[in-house]
Amino acid sequence: MSALWTRLEPLLLRVQKPARYVGGEDGMASPQHAPGKVAWLIVYPDTYEIGLPNQGIQILAEILNERDDAVAERSYTPWPDMAAQLRTAGIPLFSIETHRAADEFDVVGFNLATELIYTNVLETLDLAGIPIHAAQRDDDHPVVVVGGHASYNPEPMADFVDVFALGDGEELVGDITEVVSQWKASGKPKGSRRQLLRELAKVQGCYVPSLYDVTYDGDDIISIEPNAPEAPDLVQKRTVADLADWPYPKNQLVPLTEVVHDRLNVEIFRGCTRGCRFCQAGMITRPVRERPAEQVRTMIGEGLARTGYGEVALTSLSTADFSGIEQVVQGIVDDPATCGQTSISLPSLRVDTFTVGLAAKVANARRSGLTFAPEAGTWRMRQIINKLVLDEDLYGAVESAYSQGWPRMKLYFLTGLPSEMDEDTLGIYELAQNCVELGRKYNKKASVTVSLGGFVPKAHTPFQWFGQNSAQELGRKIGLLRDASRRNNRVNLKWHDPKASTIDGLVSRGDRRLGRVVERVWRSGGVFQEWGEYFDYDLWVQSCEAEGISIEHVVTRHRHEDEVLPWQHIHAGLHADFLWQDWQDALDGHGIPDCRWTPCYDCGACTEYGVEHIVASPVPPAGGSQGTGQDTSPDVLVPVVVPDLGATT
Amino acid sequence: MTGNSILRIRYSKLGKIRFTSHRDVARIWERTLRRVGIPVVFSEGFSPRPRLGFGLALPTGYESAGEYLDIIASPSSEGDGMFDGVGYASGRRFDVDQLPDLLSRALPEGIDVQAVEVLTTRGESLQEQVVRCGWAFEIAGLDPHLARERVKEVLDLLSLPTTREHKGAVRTDDLRPAITRLVVVGPGDWGTWLEADLSAKPRVVRPSELVQVLAPDGELVHARRTHQWKEQAGAHQEPISCDATLAPHAMVRVL
Ligand code: SF4
Repeated sequence: MSALWTRLEPLLLRVQKPARYVGGEDGMASPQHAPGKVAWLIVYPDTYEIGLPNQGIQILAEILNERDDAVAERSYTPWPDMAAQLRTAGIPLFSIETHRAADEFDVVGFNLATELIYTNVLETLDLAGIPIHAAQRDDDHPVVVVGGHASYNPEPMADFVDVFALGDGEELVGDITEVVSQWKASGKPKGSRRQLLRELAKVQGCYVPSLYDVTYDGDDIISIEPNAPEAPDLVQKRTVADLADWPYPKNQLVPLTEVVHDRLNVEIFRGCTRGCRFCQAGMITRPVRERPAEQVRTMIGEGLARTGYGEVALTSLSTADFSGIEQVVQGIVDDPATCGQTSISLPSLRVDTFTVGLAAKVANARRSGLTFAPEAGTWRMRQIINKLVLDEDLYGAVESAYSQGWPRMKLYFLTGLPSEMDEDTLGIYELAQNCVELGRKYNKKASVTVSLGGFVPKAHTPFQWFGQNSAQELGRKIGLLRDASRRNNRVNLKWHDPKASTIDGLVSRGDRRLGRVVERVWRSGGVFQEWGEYFDYDLWVQSCEAEGISIEHVVTRHRHEDEVLPWQHIHAGLHADFLWQDWQDALDGHGIPDCRWTPCYDCGACTEYGVEHIVASPVPPAGGSQGTGQDTSPDVLVPVVVPDLGATT
Repeated sequence: MTGNSILRIRYSKLGKIRFTSHRDVARIWERTLRRVGIPVVFSEGFSPRPRLGFGLALPTGYESAGEYLDIIASPSSEGDGMFDGVGYASGRRFDVDQLPDLLSRALPEGIDVQAVEVLTTRGESLQEQVVRCGWAFEIAGLDPHLARERVKEVLDLLSLPTTREHKGAVRTDDLRPAITRLVVVGPGDWGTWLEADLSAKPRVVRPSELVQVLAPDGELVHARRTHQWKEQAGAHQEPISCDATLAPHAMVRVL
């Protein structure tokens, strides 16, 4: 054991939730460090409770620890009370497994799932004793690697990161390890760090921002050019061809203390080609790769037996799209080993009666609430965002759920979508109200909660050119709905802070110069900006002013076709002309079909990398227009088929 | 199934795991019992819960050599005092003697089952029974000589009014009657180790309250519950019988 634990112990009695810092999870690796091994510290830059369940980190740590040439440990951002204790005591950031100091690692890797958490990366680096600026690190400092969805617009973090790792990490971590291992073996001669980075730039999926020069004209970018021969003009992401080759995590960690998603999580497929235009995850993780059903069953059975969890979540985007989902779910329900007491959660569900049938299978006796995400209030709007849910699909699903005993529905919507008019916004209330009416046929207390988020356009989606609604405009739209629903106490409205949406938009689509804002916010104490209690809008606005960054230019301005986007040199597989065409189709109200069951339209995600969909069933699942009868024509009303409620279970 | 049994368990919570909360430990037990396949009885109703009776809460950060848990379990219908495994253990049978080992292996490092006893009669709950706890603790910033003087002063007092905050209101209590034993053990890494027996009725008095009294500028850096006592026939006795399986810590102390 390293010396840090004995120094940490007395601090732990002084902080909230000390279990965050002790590790000891069931399934935890016993890392064996050795001079010949590349040591990774993998960090989730949020609290332990949020970061521990992150599957990406657990998968990569396991894969690294299985290698002969690597060892991996984990860390999380200390809460401000602990950060203060560490700074006062002069103790650096440490790993959770062996409480080893961060600077004893060769690579410090961050998983960035969201953008608002950027300042925590600086906070964590600083606690680790690592210079926050990549340019100030020398040969003795760890290599700072960042992966995760937020790295698809790496530019706001470009000054702080040595290497971004794009796409699926399963193979990429090994490739990075090999390059770093050679560097270690060479004895890291003085000044060799830049050479290391140039070597890493040759690895597909690695983006080394210091090897690119950006030139500007006022607020605009003129060009982004590599300054080293190893750096490609276009950096390609990595895609794992077949999930069956990667049955990880094999030993999901069971924490000693309560965390979010505290259950067994089994990823049943990766990627989604429903084509929702607002959804970055669906765009950048293509194509669909299903895990073989047999492997899913094994991972669930073994996982439950090993962990003792009473709940399993089948994770993916649009979970009900998995071929044979019903059989898998039934198998868990019927498993004698768990006495029928395992609850199953399906985190992402389609809006149709098939889904309700599934939910009925998994719900135990108590039926509290069901969640659907129609995302927009009118069919016109849903065609624009390509979320092809008919009003009737929603009503069918909701009525089926109320009739089977659920008293409450939660409906997720976005507002501030491209070309949204007030009648589209108000359509949200209309849908909710109609759902309540349907519910009252079955339950006098039927209610609907509408959860409203402000739309934030993301890089590598067809909406990347769209000028986000200002906080004021979002506030006005929320106000419309508040007024509409005020007198109806069966429709409860909840909304996301529009100011947080503005800052999310700022860090999501900013260019390299935004790093100065991120740094200034951090230096002024702005950490844990994902947390309502710490989010400080005024601090961001003041920091933008001080650094000469126009929020209007980054967030609310519509971008044009020929401008250089900050992430132009990053390739998520999607052809730029596909994205632009899809944006134009969106504005014309044209939908796009799901290419997993219909012919390929060559978005680029498969064709660029020689991979393809792995889907067990050649036909789409039954039930609702999101299943069989996708209507992708512009503004044409399809014959409405009210789904047969009886046929769903 | 009629005639459920109560399995009374004495276990430790030592080392890093002491930083988990009482609630965390409850969740750890639920998962462990499921893994081991103990036939725990579930409550009725919409969301059945395993019927477990936890003893007095241990503050987060404190260690313990003697924690207690009651498990309501259904014994084998064969009437031989064995238990039939359920779930992952179906087809297996357990003897009570096997449980300390089986459970300890499934529990995280730091939690070890020392003793299991099948209670024949359904008496009071642990929370009701336990009247007093034994503690060992270390105060940083307190020198052993000074500690001995302070301890003597405190024990010579007839009353020791102290204030504490309870649900936002300031309350004054007499701490003196709660202390039945207080001794200085000797120097530790950070300061001085002491031992105390403190009452658990009507409320659990914690070693941290003694720090206020003994060394207002000191800091509690270690605290470990060593015993829990119930009152029986004028003596203090652990709430598990002396001959309980493998119970090195379960002993009687006459006051
Ligand atoms: S390349 Fe073709 S099949 Fe693959 S995701 Fe794109 S459109 Fe679908």
